[in-house]
Amino acid sequence: MQYLSFLIQNYYTLIIVAIGAALLGAVSGALGTYAVLRRQSLLGDAISHAALPGIAFAFILTGSKTSLILILGAAIAGWIGTLIILSIVRLTRIKYDSALALVLSTFFGFGLVLLTFIQRSGNANQAGLDTFIFGQAATLLKRDVLTIGILGGVALIIVLILWKELKLLVFDEGFAASIGFPTRTLDILLTSLLVIAIVLGLQAVGAVLMSAMIVAPAVAARQWTNRLNLMVILAAGFGAFAGVSGTIISSSATRIPTGPMIILCATFCVGISIAFAPKRGLIWDGIRQRRNKRNLKLPTGKLI
Amino acid sequence: MKASHAKAIEVTDLTVAYQETPVLWDIDLDVPPGVLLAIVGPNGAGKTTLIKAILGLVRPAAGNVLIYNKPYEAQRRIVGYVPQRGSVDWDFPTNVLDVVMMGRYGSLGWIRRPGKRDRALAMQALEKVGMENYTTRQISQLSGGQQQRVFLARALVQDATIYLMDEPFQGVDATTERAIVTLLQELRENGKTVVVVHHDLQTVTDYFDWVTLLNIRRIASGPVEDTFTSDNLRETYGGRIAFIKNR
Repeated sequence: MQYLSFLIQNYYTLIIVAIGAALLGAVSGALGTYAVLRRQSLLGDAISHAALPGIAFAFILTGSKTSLILILGAAIAGWIGTLIILSIVRLTRIKYDSALALVLSTFFGFGLVLLTFIQRSGNANQAGLDTFIFGQAATLLKRDVLTIGILGGVALIIVLILWKELKLLVFDEGFAASIGFPTRTLDILLTSLLVIAIVLGLQAVGAVLMSAMIVAPAVAARQWTNRLNLMVILAAGFGAFAGVSGTIISSSATRIPTGPMIILCATFCVGISIAFAPKRGLIWDGIRQRRNKRNLKLPTGKLI
Repeated sequence: MKASHAKAIEVTDLTVAYQETPVLWDIDLDVPPGVLLAIVGPNGAGKTTLIKAILGLVRPAAGNVLIYNKPYEAQRRIVGYVPQRGSVDWDFPTNVLDVVMMGRYGSLGWIRRPGKRDRALAMQALEKVGMENYTTRQISQLSGGQQQRVFLARALVQDATIYLMDEPFQGVDATTERAIVTLLQELRENGKTVVVVHHDLQTVTDYFDWVTLLNIRRIASGPVEDTFTSDNLRETYGGRIAFIKNR
């Protein structure tokens, strides 16, 4: 009897965690589509690393581990990191990739310093903050999942409402500006939504690997479709799949961190898609090339 | 008196600089309505920047642009824009019809999605550029000339009075070039003003009736027969030009 209740208890936790992982996978997959199409995949990496000191600061200032507060700290730090990157590019001769690497490593290093400082401070409440580095989906509570659901839902609804505007911004920014859409504002909005998607996933996936949750589902989805709406839906699906399967696998064995497992599942989707997707997949490509070669060879063979 | 002297585009004292280097210096330019105008000049002369400054896409250091006596912001709806083909990623997941319908987004405004009417207008525009059989074609599978036609169709559905086109002949074959020229001349015959950034000096006299010679400064601007002279060309291209105009 005791065993049964233990199982039910565990099962309930697993359901909660899986729902959380699915939600954050879907949100990061959908918004990652825009980052990938704008060639800003690495910006996601910078944002997730830059978010770490924000989490530490939020904890130092409030002493609270409530996900909303930590997420807010992460978002602010992620935003500041992005702004610094963009300002470096605009004001100096330093190139985008260098600025990105610079900000990413500096912020992440600073975050690590702060986390070590917190750990040594003897504050008993601090245990578990380090899950933000590599992620631990098992630490997701019901209220965390609720936070992910609400914030992620708002982000997705904004994408839906501004579908046409965001599509135009990503495809042809100059034309969008010429017909009167405020591209700078839309750009800031889209980046903010990306920041939200990233910080929502930090607790489960971790700062180090979160960018893969932005990039991988979108890259996989692009292989299967030539339409933006399908690509967003597929990317959300791949993200949710990776989230759930990664969580389940990591919870079935001890001491496997969830974040890396989720990423491996997402990478699995990418591998399958690159190999097998019709039209863009490698295997179909190979078959097509061989067929073309054969069709071309026959007539020339006759000529010689 | 007023109406007949209205200028389609009036640029005064326009200066644009990136960091410290001026890209356009003190440009004055009047474009009368109903002309087909070529903007000609060497690489780095500021041709694209001039178009972008007229469209308010780059912020000028000084100067002023008026479209029919009003600032651009008030006249967006009567201006159509064809950006350089290479300025977008043609692997974007969308099809031909969808790109052309983007030309309707301006009049649709915020949030509203394109409907049946917009679709019909887009189809008409695609017919005009001879691309009606490509509506569902993924845009990455278009040739350079087809991409250019799609961009032209997108501008046509804007149903503008003034068209600004950045190198519409870039990388297209002879047939497409002919088709585009015919289209531009048709637009002019319907009373539209068409401004085109152009590279091929050989075809200026054939295709255009008005020309602006540009090399950071405005060297000359006016009807082709008075303006497109070897003296002006030498001044524009700094004597490095082997093109001799003999007609």
